[in-house]
Amino acid sequence: MSVMIIEHLHKSFGGLSAVLDFNAYLEEQELIGLIGPNGAGKTTVFNLITGVYKPDEGTIRFAGQNITGLPPYEICSRGIARTFQNIRLFKDLTVLDNVRIALHKDVQYPLLSAVFRSPGFFKGEADIRKKADEFLEIFNLADKRDEIASNLPYGEQRRLEIARALATHPRLLILDEPAAGMNPQETAELMELIRSIRQQFNLTILLIEHDMSLVMGVCERIYVLDYGQIIAEGSPEEIRNNKRVIEAYLGEEVS
Amino acid sequence: MQKTQHFKPVQFIIEVGILVVIFTLVQYLISAGLLNQYYQINLASICINIILAVSLNLINGFTGQLSLGHAGFMAVGAYASVIMTTYMELPFIVGIIAACLAAALAGFIIGVPTLRLRGDYLAIATLGFGEIIRVVLQNIDYVNGPAGIMGISKLSTWPWLFGSVVITILVIVNLVNSSYGRAIISVREDEVAAELMGVNTTKYKVLAFVVGAMFAGLAGALYAHYFYIIKPETFNFMKSFDILVMVVLGGLGSTTGAIIAAIFITVLTAALQSFPAIRMILYAVILVTVMIYRPQGLMGNRELGRRTFGRLWGDKK
Repeated sequence: MSVMIIEHLHKSFGGLSAVLDFNAYLEEQELIGLIGPNGAGKTTVFNLITGVYKPDEGTIRFAGQNITGLPPYEICSRGIARTFQNIRLFKDLTVLDNVRIALHKDVQYPLLSAVFRSPGFFKGEADIRKKADEFLEIFNLADKRDEIASNLPYGEQRRLEIARALATHPRLLILDEPAAGMNPQETAELMELIRSIRQQFNLTILLIEHDMSLVMGVCERIYVLDYGQIIAEGSPEEIRNNKRVIEAYLGEEVS
Repeated sequence: MQKTQHFKPVQFIIEVGILVVIFTLVQYLISAGLLNQYYQINLASICINIILAVSLNLINGFTGQLSLGHAGFMAVGAYASVIMTTYMELPFIVGIIAACLAAALAGFIIGVPTLRLRGDYLAIATLGFGEIIRVVLQNIDYVNGPAGIMGISKLSTWPWLFGSVVITILVIVNLVNSSYGRAIISVREDEVAAELMGVNTTKYKVLAFVVGAMFAGLAGALYAHYFYIIKPETFNFMKSFDILVMVVLGGLGSTTGAIIAAIFITVLTAALQSFPAIRMILYAVILVTVMIYRPQGLMGNRELGRRTFGRLWGDKK
């Protein structure tokens, strides 16, 4: 069953059509890549899905419900989480607090119990702390929990962003260029990480990436976007040999 | 920031003990007549300013929303409480509750439309609303318009002042150091990211605004019942500015910073009372100096508290 169905999505900025008649579906627990040249509208699609932008036309259905035009926090609570192309951590807060903020939407105690420090507050806070630690453990960040996020090395900031996104308990995880700025070694580790969290959390994952080794390595199905339109869809093998994709994006093999 | 919290009975008892000692000491000094009128007035001003600075810091410092209308909420509280006590002759507690509710309501009504705005726009809008409140009060005959209300009984005694300060600080510190507080801080850090992590940013901005306004109302009630007289002119935008100066000087996002700065500014103002011109110059000089050498304010966003003292006592954090 498709967890997400996007139909006739359209978004323009002034006279520029950033996304034109975008149609896509995501199967449960699938790992899908969205690739294309710079400026093709990939991030705009992500922003439309997560509610940062409202589409001009079209519908986005997630888990059988129409989520088109809902505010971002509402879309997040329905089970869609994302990372950002340019890292957007809460950079002056600690690693732990970054994850705890993502856990806030499931907070177990009411506001007044925080103000009056009722037993429920202490229990709720202990729960949040325990859950946050679990996520930090998975991402190998546990011993950095008290560090300020912006002091982490780049690769760890990327990992923390994924940890924070996962802490919102998503069904669909959207990664915007997760390997950007990583060396081949780090990219390989990231691929491993992406595979393992999909297993562990039963996730559907949609990712944008320019690193073809990662895209071809982990994605089961790929959409190719150019000038706001899908020009190809298929398995990595099909995409690699698709004439239009080679023309628009991948380029000819130089022998 | 903060560690996971456990209830620590020993610490709790020590802290309550310190508060009781401070309270009793001052109460004794007042009743024994050892604290003259001048010091008493300054003490009251300090209490009122701490409430104002700490509550504005919740909005400006923790939520990161630049509000310039705090005096407006103070006015709402002052007038609401005076109507209850002086006009209707109800007890002071009713006046205080009415002040808090009226100011919170005003905060809600003003917050919902203006908090869609960001940065400079929000500052201008809140400034405008603060002025609107003042002008409206000037034109209501029921509260004597520009002349204001005189002959308010002096009900803001030390127990009321001290209790209000403690409650204000307690509520705001407890709020900030909770999951709700983290949500509020995330709005300041990155509104878009916060929204995408499931934080309803509008809701938390309004929450901070309403709580901040409520305590400004409390400060207004205490003010009115200490200084006998209120008039709309008292709550003009210069008053909002004074509070903002305390918050910025103390460090945006530091409750202890706000408290220290509130005390410092109040004492400074009192000391320079006979030279009002110098006071304004000194104000400016201090602000410019702090902004050049310590742009994050005296405390930055750090707190002076258990952990700092804990370290002094050799307690590992």
